[in-house]
Amino acid sequence: MPNMSKTRNEMPTQAPDVRNKNFQEVALGYSEEQAIDEAQRCLNCKHKPCVNGCPVQINIPAFIQEIGKQNYEGAYQVISLSSSLPAVCGRVCPQEVQCEKYCVRGIKGESVGIGRLERFAADWHNAHPVEKIERPQLNGHKVAVVGSGPAGLTCAGDLAKKGYEVTIYEALHLAGGVLVYGIPEFRLPKAIVQKEIDTLQDLGVTVNTNVVIGRSISIEELMKENGYEAVFIGSGAGLPRFMNVPGENLNGVYSANEFLTRINLMKSYQEHSTTPIMPFKKVAVVGGGNVAMDAARCAKRLGAEDVYIVYRRSEEELPARREEVEHAKEEGIIFKLLNNPTEVLPNEKRFVGGMKCIQMELGEPDASGRRKPVEKPGSEFVLDVDCVIVAIGTSPNPLIKATTDGLATEKWGGIIVNPETGQTSIEGVYAGGDAVTGAATVILAMGAGKTAAKGIDEYIQSKKN
Amino acid sequence: MYKIIKKKILNPTVTLMDVEAPLVARKAEPGQFIILRVDAEGERIPLTVADFDREKGTVTIIFQIVGATTEKLNHLNEGDSILDFVGPLGVASHTEGLKKVAVVGGGVGCAIAYPIAKKLHSQGAEVHSIVGFRNKDLLILEDEFKKASSRYFVMTDDGSYGEKGLVTDALKKLLDAGERYDEVITIGPLIMMKFVSKLTKEYGVKTVVSMNPVMVDGTGMCGGCRLTVGGEVKFACVDGPDFDGHEVDYDEAMARAAMYKDFERHAYEETCNLFKQEVN
Repeated sequence: MPNMSKTRNEMPTQAPDVRNKNFQEVALGYSEEQAIDEAQRCLNCKHKPCVNGCPVQINIPAFIQEIGKQNYEGAYQVISLSSSLPAVCGRVCPQEVQCEKYCVRGIKGESVGIGRLERFAADWHNAHPVEKIERPQLNGHKVAVVGSGPAGLTCAGDLAKKGYEVTIYEALHLAGGVLVYGIPEFRLPKAIVQKEIDTLQDLGVTVNTNVVIGRSISIEELMKENGYEAVFIGSGAGLPRFMNVPGENLNGVYSANEFLTRINLMKSYQEHSTTPIMPFKKVAVVGGGNVAMDAARCAKRLGAEDVYIVYRRSEEELPARREEVEHAKEEGIIFKLLNNPTEVLPNEKRFVGGMKCIQMELGEPDASGRRKPVEKPGSEFVLDVDCVIVAIGTSPNPLIKATTDGLATEKWGGIIVNPETGQTSIEGVYAGGDAVTGAATVILAMGAGKTAAKGIDEYIQSKKN
Repeated sequence: MYKIIKKKILNPTVTLMDVEAPLVARKAEPGQFIILRVDAEGERIPLTVADFDREKGTVTIIFQIVGATTEKLNHLNEGDSILDFVGPLGVASHTEGLKKVAVVGGGVGCAIAYPIAKKLHSQGAEVHSIVGFRNKDLLILEDEFKKASSRYFVMTDDGSYGEKGLVTDALKKLLDAGERYDEVITIGPLIMMKFVSKLTKEYGVKTVVSMNPVMVDGTGMCGGCRLTVGGEVKFACVDGPDFDGHEVDYDEAMARAAMYKDFERHAYEETCNLFKQEVN
């Protein structure tokens, strides 16, 4: 008999006024009892609407049934058939607009906590290591992967399982891409990312850090001199956007990328790290996405007294995951919605002395279908802050485009690919993730990595014949 | 890990190292830079490539001991290794077609100016080098510069070597004497580059400066190295580090360079104390 409770099992979390002072994980994960109880809320319905909501089509009811039967490893294996990074996606996917949005239980109550169950299965698997994975027999073909974020890791994993000799090239000193430099420890512990990378290395994947493709080695050289038959570009959407308002180069104005990298990659919050971060007291984060929430919550944890989210639309339009918005509010982040910055004001030392904003109201829907924010005349005010973090998005890094002849891109920089195969305008060169789509989600990047792995496999196999 | 093949103390605060980094050495050009991290707790710092040997696979870096990271780096010796060393980054200096150039270096900036002078010289350009130091003890790369230049001038603040005065004094004299350069390339403290650019603007001589701002990743991701050039925001790591000297907003660059000054002084002192304890 299914569990007909209208509400889902609550996720145990660290108390808000405790966690906003540390970097440990906020959500603690379901216990076995909670997981079984939640699994029993799944009706195992025939038409499985949740599966179509998943960008990588995980057989969701099947893995939930395994949890119900207390076969947790079995649940993990079901997820693994479709997803390479279950422990990551269980934590960072926007489930409320994907699988959980279509859950039948959501019609008359709360949908099944699919993301939480995915995380439970993955964590159980990680805590109960099985024997070392056997390395697949090598098939004699070499593939290079540029970038070790979710797209690159997924593509590398899928190809390695098929017997390809895969080398990942990473520009930074640590593999993981946005999973290590962007998403904070309290949302995605770095040990989990490392575990996924270790698994890839067990499969035979080589990870070369400190290599900037386009500078240290070009794509052409990878193929002509280094013997790679195909290359996958998963270089991400690295280039931060700024607001283009006066005062944006003052000391104390950061891109979210820089602020988060100093904290997450360089560990500037730890005492022994030599990477500096300033002890700001009043911080404004401009933007309403996950990155903005991450930056705001990091600033709070670093000891800032007042942290504001400044967003030009209303709460409904906030692009961040619902859970991150809730967590941010609980932790004391102040939401200044329907406000837009017009100028960053200096103090006498050329540091940030305040941020001038103007109030907005929602007008007619724009091209994105969301109501367009328009300025309310005469509503300017100054927000008293000493630090501004700009989290209004990123564009693809132009380095590879600039150093690869014949690589076709969109005007805004995104690499153009065949969506069925991931192939770019150059034979043997594939791409996926934010480098193609602009800033998107981990799961979409993963999906693109999978598509390209399949495309690369078919390409190399067809060449052989 | 990147092994230190050679270490040479150039003066009490400036050290040269040849580092084994074949991938960087294969592609490096004058004007480009690398980013290194000394150890697992270390900061990522950019250093301009001072020289390279493609056959040996080594890259030469020259650094001034100014903070915690360079202090730690200076404690490494031949045979030790640097944890991370990535590059070459940035756009190489433009030297093509230049026939007559004044290369103006200040302090440790001479380490960056030298490979450019050398490349220009090897391309057959006439190179006039003007280098400035606080005093004779801080002078570096004298023989190297002499070899790469048809005229070489040393300026010191206290007159303990060469002529007493600033590099701008020497450059002005040359310009007033009728020397005409295709380009002036200047590398050194921001304040020096500001005044060299101010001088050459008056004389209408194209001037290129090499900027070395605070960076984290060095690949265009963080935007920490942004500066204003001709009213536009540029990233030194991907758009530079070379820029039109007449267009750079130096006052903003100087303010940004001082952002972590207090933090750095503190970290530097702590690191020095740590090393002192090890000695005792």
